[in-house]
Amino acid sequence: MNAVWASGLRKRYRKRTAVDGVSFSVARGEVLGLLGPNGAGKTTVIKMMLGLVRPDAGEVMLLGRPVGDPQARARVGYLPELFRYQPWLSAKEVLDLHVRLAGADVPEGERRDTLALVGLADRARDRVGGFSKGMQQRLGLAVALVARPEFVVLDEPTSALDPVGRADVRDILLSLKERGVAVLLNSHLIGEVERVCDRVVILDRGRVAASGTLAELLGGRELRLRLEKVTSEAEERLRRAGPVHRDGDLFTVVDLDVDVIPDLVADLVALGVRVHSVEPGRVSLEDRLLDILGSER
Amino acid sequence: MIVLTFAALTLREAARRKVLRALAVLTVVLLALSAWGFHTLVTKEFDGAQLTSGELRLIASQLLNLVMFGLSLIAALGTAFLAGPTVAGEVESGTALAILARPIRRSTVLTGKWLGLVAFGGGFIVLAGLAQFVIVYATTGYWPSDPVTGLALLAFQTAVLLTLGLLFSTLISPMASGVVAVGLFGATWIAGVVGGVGRGLGNDSVAAVGTVSQILLPTDGLWRSAMYAFQDPAALLGFGGPAVKGGFPFLSDTPITWAYLAWAVAWTALVLGLAALVLRRRDL
Ligand SMILES: Nc1ncnc2c1ncn2[C@@H]1O[C@H](COP(=O)(O)OP(=O)(O)OP(=O)(O)O)[C@@H](O)[C@H]1O
Ligand SMILES: [Mg+2]
Repeated sequence: MNAVWASGLRKRYRKRTAVDGVSFSVARGEVLGLLGPNGAGKTTVIKMMLGLVRPDAGEVMLLGRPVGDPQARARVGYLPELFRYQPWLSAKEVLDLHVRLAGADVPEGERRDTLALVGLADRARDRVGGFSKGMQQRLGLAVALVARPEFVVLDEPTSALDPVGRADVRDILLSLKERGVAVLLNSHLIGEVERVCDRVVILDRGRVAASGTLAELLGGRELRLRLEKVTSEAEERLRRAGPVHRDGDLFTVVDLDVDVIPDLVADLVALGVRVHSVEPGRVSLEDRLLDILGSER
Repeated sequence: MIVLTFAALTLREAARRKVLRALAVLTVVLLALSAWGFHTLVTKEFDGAQLTSGELRLIASQLLNLVMFGLSLIAALGTAFLAGPTVAGEVESGTALAILARPIRRSTVLTGKWLGLVAFGGGFIVLAGLAQFVIVYATTGYWPSDPVTGLALLAFQTAVLLTLGLLFSTLISPMASGVVAVGLFGATWIAGVVGGVGRGLGNDSVAAVGTVSQILLPTDGLWRSAMYAFQDPAALLGFGGPAVKGGFPFLSDTPITWAYLAWAVAWTALVLGLAALVLRRRDL
């Protein structure tokens, strides 16, 4: 079953089309990354998915129920892009409130652990109004996690966090993944997405520009070799491993199977080629994203 | 019960947000001024010529109504400026996003907030009103003719106004919704006075101004019935001509009727329902 399934979502704000026929799904236990430039419609898609914005068209099933049913959100944790919590409550009171609203039965100790997980253990009794921006975002993360969610939606969870906080979030995401909690992560930090996501959806101008697993999007590995004395025979041998681009003495073999590298190098040496360096690499998600968005324009 | 959770949350917000302190200060100032005023009135102003008990009752009735109007104004301002930010402000700030992503209906949140505000406004009216009654009794010996009905009607008036504030709060910005609600409240009061003068003069079309405005927004109608309950039943007899009867802003010639009460209840339910409908359709 899917954590969320969305089909044909459309949304216009006055004359501006924010989302234009977006369909996607997140399987249970899957971590999906949502990428795209500013104004692509990521936040709007997330809000429609949670019933916070009414779509003009399209359908959403959230944890097996239509999103119009409030109970669909019972096991969903959400950190909004615009995170604000009642400034007159303490951090602990905010968590208590959300546990009650979620109808969850979460013991006191577990709530405290959640606050500790986001690094707010010693600020539990302080009013949220006095929190720094990053601390409010950490609290938002705790709110999203506290009611034992089966599906966690994070809209730019690290936008206000320090580097340590970002690393913490990555660990939290990995532990959610380990526990089989589905996650939808919208982030501009591509490294973060690349590290934790199983699958990626790239939005651009309200449409899905590309989607797939990281392997599908990034393609196979590539191998960069700096070679000297390359004969035509040696070049032929390289081409058997995969398509070759040559730039002076730098040869790049793309889409090759990593297992063939030792044999390839041994053969090249046997053919009299002088091998200066062998560097396996991968197209980064960042390059791929820029590539996709560039070709769209 | 999630509704009660939000009612309690709203009360907690009011208590922690200095609204309560501001209200308390205003109220104490008003009560102290009125105590001083009543005391001066009885001991100084009329000490040459002793007041008859009838005159005293008449003056006490009017002054009590005047001060109660002040109290109801404080309650109106307080709750309208609490009701304004409660929906519009939370939507604007983003607080509503995390809350409404929980498995709850928006109408539940709205009803809870409404209940909390009604409890807050009603509690204020009852406490401050009783304090005022005691002050008047201590200084002049006057006790309102029907204090329970009067306070209930005054609390209802506050509820009507904050319901309107809540509706505006789902439509426009936080500050604007408070201002518009209080402005309409004032306009209806003035229309009520104008209508009263019209009735006194026997001018039907002027009188209709008051009647129509009291139907469109029941605050003034409830206020006039509340005054009627506070004042001495014989107070209006003190005035001779019918011309002044309806037109006097701080004496009333209209007790509450069941029909009007029913309309006010229906009006409140209607406006609250409309607010729920608007909120349901609203994009966050
Ligand atoms: N409440 C609104 N009223 C009018 N237009 C809106 C509203 N919300 C979003 N939009 C428009 O919809 C489009 C998509 O906005 P959205 O917030 O979904 O983008 P995003 O992908 O989340 O961008 P970012 O990376 O900057 O967060 C934008 O063109 C924006 O101007
Ligand atoms: Mg966004």
